[in-house]
Amino acid sequence: MQTKRMTFNSRWLPYALLAPQVIITLVFFVWPASQALWQSMLRQDPFGLRTTFVWFQNFERLFEDSHYLASMKTTLIFSVSTTLLSMSVALLFAVMVNRMIRSQNAYSTFLVWPYAVAPAIAGVLWWFIFNPSVGILPYILEGFGYDWNHRLDAGDAMILVVVAAAWKQISYNFLFFLAGLHSIPQSLVEAAAIDGASRTKRFWTIIFPLLSPTTFFLMVVNVVYAMFDTFGVIHATTEGGPAQATNILVYKVYRDGFVGNNLGSSAAQSVILMVIVIALTVVQFRWIERRVNY
Amino acid sequence: MVENDRWGTLFAHIILILGVAVVVFPVYVALVASTHEGGTFLRGVMPLLPGSHGWENYSTVIIEGRSNAGAPPIGGMLWNSFVMAMAIAIGKIAISLLSAFAIVYFRFPFRIFFFWVIFVTLMLPVEVRIVPTFEVVAQLNMLNTYAGLSIPLIASATATFLFRQFFMTVPEEMLEAARVDGAGPMKFFKDILMPLSITNIAAMFVIMFIYGWNQYLWPLLITTDDSYYTIVMGIQRMVTGGDSEPLWHLVMATVVLAALPPILVILFMQRLFVKGLTETEK
Repeated sequence: MQTKRMTFNSRWLPYALLAPQVIITLVFFVWPASQALWQSMLRQDPFGLRTTFVWFQNFERLFEDSHYLASMKTTLIFSVSTTLLSMSVALLFAVMVNRMIRSQNAYSTFLVWPYAVAPAIAGVLWWFIFNPSVGILPYILEGFGYDWNHRLDAGDAMILVVVAAAWKQISYNFLFFLAGLHSIPQSLVEAAAIDGASRTKRFWTIIFPLLSPTTFFLMVVNVVYAMFDTFGVIHATTEGGPAQATNILVYKVYRDGFVGNNLGSSAAQSVILMVIVIALTVVQFRWIERRVNY
Repeated sequence: MVENDRWGTLFAHIILILGVAVVVFPVYVALVASTHEGGTFLRGVMPLLPGSHGWENYSTVIIEGRSNAGAPPIGGMLWNSFVMAMAIAIGKIAISLLSAFAIVYFRFPFRIFFFWVIFVTLMLPVEVRIVPTFEVVAQLNMLNTYAGLSIPLIASATATFLFRQFFMTVPEEMLEAARVDGAGPMKFFKDILMPLSITNIAAMFVIMFIYGWNQYLWPLLITTDDSYYTIVMGIQRMVTGGDSEPLWHLVMATVVLAALPPILVILFMQRLFVKGLTETEK
């Protein structure tokens, strides 16, 4: 890793400058993470009186636990649907905005601000709109003969949290897609137009492939978002219900650790999540290295 | 534009206007709901036009709160959120500037090791390690304090990377000139690097303020004393705290107040926001 050609000389100053950040990282990041690793191999009896070292039994139990496997499946469905929904809507908006000349900034302003809304608040907003007794959407759906109730119906609950989570993320994806579209050389698109390619054909054979680095990057970011940052959406609305239908992994770690008081299992789940985050981060960084000469 | 395609452009405008409507709709509904009296929501589906009780509802939530459901007035919560967001934003920027400065402008043993220690924070979101982090904070007696709300969230690899990246682009001649003139490292940092990085600092500030304001799980865990509640987590108490249906008009007034500050930040500093967002992800 580089420094400047010419540097300052001091024996102690660089350490002093790094100290605040390194201390905070060690105390609040590295130490808790290693605690999680250690606890994931311990088991407490129900009264918390005795703790035994059980090696990998907590992990083995998790992978035999039907609730945990169901939660993994829920997480998968939830994050894939959230990613697909918010990315495709954002791409549509970005392509349309990119056609505009004068109104580009006005539209962008309107599409960008939901980024500022906290996931928990996004959840409450949609929860209100979908509320079976006062909400506006169930009222409309009833006109079509559909009886919406996310308190009882697992599918409805999943749609609710996916819509809330995706809504908030549209602005982020939109900004990156728009930046990606701006960097595509106009000459390529024009050349194809002269050769008689229709607008649709130009999009799928030129623009979309050239956007693929942005798309891939956003996919990773969105999966990370859906898996870890959506805790608020779930907690403020469905609380994992009905009948575990929206109990995603991050929510389950919290529930088992703080509500269920099952520390060993919760720690083991934390470790699994850390492995997932690290894997996703590595994927993201490998991509960044490649992007330089795509 | 490659070709003149009037109908296509019209079609695009229609899609975008519908899109904007869908994006704005939830907040519009919240605004409308916050201006009606409580009884409106008992009579069935909510109205789509504003009512006349807005002033009343907002003053109720800010000053009185809902004492019957254990929700304190949200004036205090807004203040807590503000303190937490400011502390996180300023703290992150300060420690990231210092450590990026050390990494770029000094050569010293274990430099790479420290770089990796900082990098690790990227990989460990709070949500993933909540139980042990909570225990650490509890042992340090930081539950129900502003320090506990902000310090554990201050370490940030992204800000450090951004500033490192930026410092690498500062011309070498700056440092040479400063040294010829006899400036020490801290003088160089204060009088040359800081003024040069001011736009980056501002962009970072916008992103980090929003990040801090929107924290949910962390304040939920470490505050049990309601004088330290932040507004984003306070809403959850209001929604699930009551025994029957939530008092929608008050909940929505709170939602509007909770979402407004970060939205205003984005609208007024859109350019800085876009810069901060796109550059931190590089």
